[in-house]
Amino acid sequence: MTTTTTAPAPPAAVAEEHQVRRRRRLSPGKRLPATRITGPLLVLALWAAASATGRLDPGAIPAPWTVVETGIRLWTEGTLPRDVLTSLQRAGAGFAIGLTAGIVLALASGLSRIGEALIDGSVQLNRAVPTLGLIPLFILWLGIGETFKIAIIAIVVYVPIYLNTHAALSGIDHRFVELAEVQGLSRFAFVRQVVVPGALPGFFVGLRLGVTGSWLGLVVLEQINATSGLGYMMFQAQNYGQTDVILVGLVVYGLFGLVSDTAVRAIERRVLSWRRTLSS
Amino acid sequence: MAPHTEQLTRPAVRLRGLTRSFEGRTVLDGVDLDLPAGQFTALLGHSGSGKSTLLRAIAGIDHGVAGSGTLTAPERVSVVFQDSRLLPWRRVLPNVLLGLDGEDAEERGRAALAEVGLGGRERAWPTELSGGEQQRAALARSLVREPELLLADEPFGALDALTRIKMHALLRRLWERHRPSVLLVTHDVDEAIVLADRVLVLEDGRIGLDLTVDRDGPHAHGGYRTQLLKALGVSEDAP
Ligand SMILES: Nc1ncnc2c1ncn2[C@@H]1O[C@H](COP(=O)(O)OP(=O)(O)OP(=O)(O)O)[C@@H](O)[C@H]1O
Ligand SMILES: [Mg+2]
Repeated sequence: MTTTTTAPAPPAAVAEEHQVRRRRRLSPGKRLPATRITGPLLVLALWAAASATGRLDPGAIPAPWTVVETGIRLWTEGTLPRDVLTSLQRAGAGFAIGLTAGIVLALASGLSRIGEALIDGSVQLNRAVPTLGLIPLFILWLGIGETFKIAIIAIVVYVPIYLNTHAALSGIDHRFVELAEVQGLSRFAFVRQVVVPGALPGFFVGLRLGVTGSWLGLVVLEQINATSGLGYMMFQAQNYGQTDVILVGLVVYGLFGLVSDTAVRAIERRVLSWRRTLSS
Repeated sequence: MAPHTEQLTRPAVRLRGLTRSFEGRTVLDGVDLDLPAGQFTALLGHSGSGKSTLLRAIAGIDHGVAGSGTLTAPERVSVVFQDSRLLPWRRVLPNVLLGLDGEDAEERGRAALAEVGLGGRERAWPTELSGGEQQRAALARSLVREPELLLADEPFGALDALTRIKMHALLRRLWERHRPSVLLVTHDVDEAIVLADRVLVLEDGRIGLDLTVDRDGPHAHGGYRTQLLKALGVSEDAP
């Protein structure tokens, strides 16, 4: 065969020998080590300094060490572990149900037109009603026990997971759908190899919102309808003016949030390692 | 006649009166076409003349497009798109193996990658490959299925001139080794003449010109070029 050279070779790049200038970088650059705790540590240091110099009223904001002492006392007395466990069980059960429901509903509505007709509108409606506003109704329906608390948390969790996963599912690049058809993928293989990985970034956005939501729901439920748990502990402390106990509760809530968010981020980084985004 | 006459006995693709229209606007208006098995055919035409529409019809991915006519195509059809269309969440080898199963699938995938010069890059992410390498991976993905028909829609459109020339040689070499029927959509007249044994021009919804390129004959590249440009309604600037 004959090969004709139809295009001239591009002109060789002129090398700048004296100095190589790089463009200004627009992404924030390499991560600093332990960046996430720098801010909180600074706040803690300021708090400690203000308490030590007597600038804070110990009745309103007790010193950090007082909070630690109270925490240790409550822990050794056994009340704190029991309250923490109760709260974790509630949040965990609600979260697990919400997560499952969010995923299943998003898949059903994203993969079939019938599912979309039945589900999507209902969820959008559900989302328009503030979930915490459902508390009175749920108490009447389910009683003031654990069930209604778990149900409320599940609703708070499933909504963002559903919305983000569904949006990601329907936003999957049509070109990849075409590719899957051309490559002769079965419906199951298509879902497993194209749909699910393609929707994962959106799912993780929803997951993080859901995790935050589960703690938020927990705090609200335990403070207005508390008979046990961390919120109950704080509610009682309020009656007796024990700010240190309230702060212990807040610290534990904060730790819940921090640990769970860090865990989700770690999983996300592993699962979405193929993504090279601004924050990588 | 074209070379390899002995292989051109049974048509791989047979179109009769194929029409396709979008919102009442007819794009394909009764296309009749036979593509013999093992033939390398190029399809030229103006932008918007319906080349992609025809290719998508043959590939069977034009869902919901209004049309009529009969179409016969082989069981094993592969498509190479203008973009490499590698799944960003899979490494190169799993991308090549998409939709392929069987015990020896992985081995075949590695062999296909080696064939397109990407041996050793199996574990790379698609974004780590250059544009030309991505397109080569896409070529490996379509070849590993041993297609009877290879449809390619401007597969080199996004590549630079030098990479293109290398890809031309690679595609021709692969075709000579595996002998699928090829239908290559391009808007580059020279690419069509260099690669194909037969060049079609799509015009007003039909095959306006059907030109057999005789590689070993007396006709020069320039003669075909003039003929094709005339059919496309373009006059050559320089004689
Ligand atoms: N999904 C669609 N909906 C509406 N019109 C369409 C659609 N796809 C293609 N068309 C129209 O059909 C005509 C042919 O399109 P087609 O993509 O087949 O052209 P083409 O020959 O491949 O052009 P190009 O060389 O620019 O790729 C165009 O006028 C285009 O606007
Ligand atoms: Mg096109």
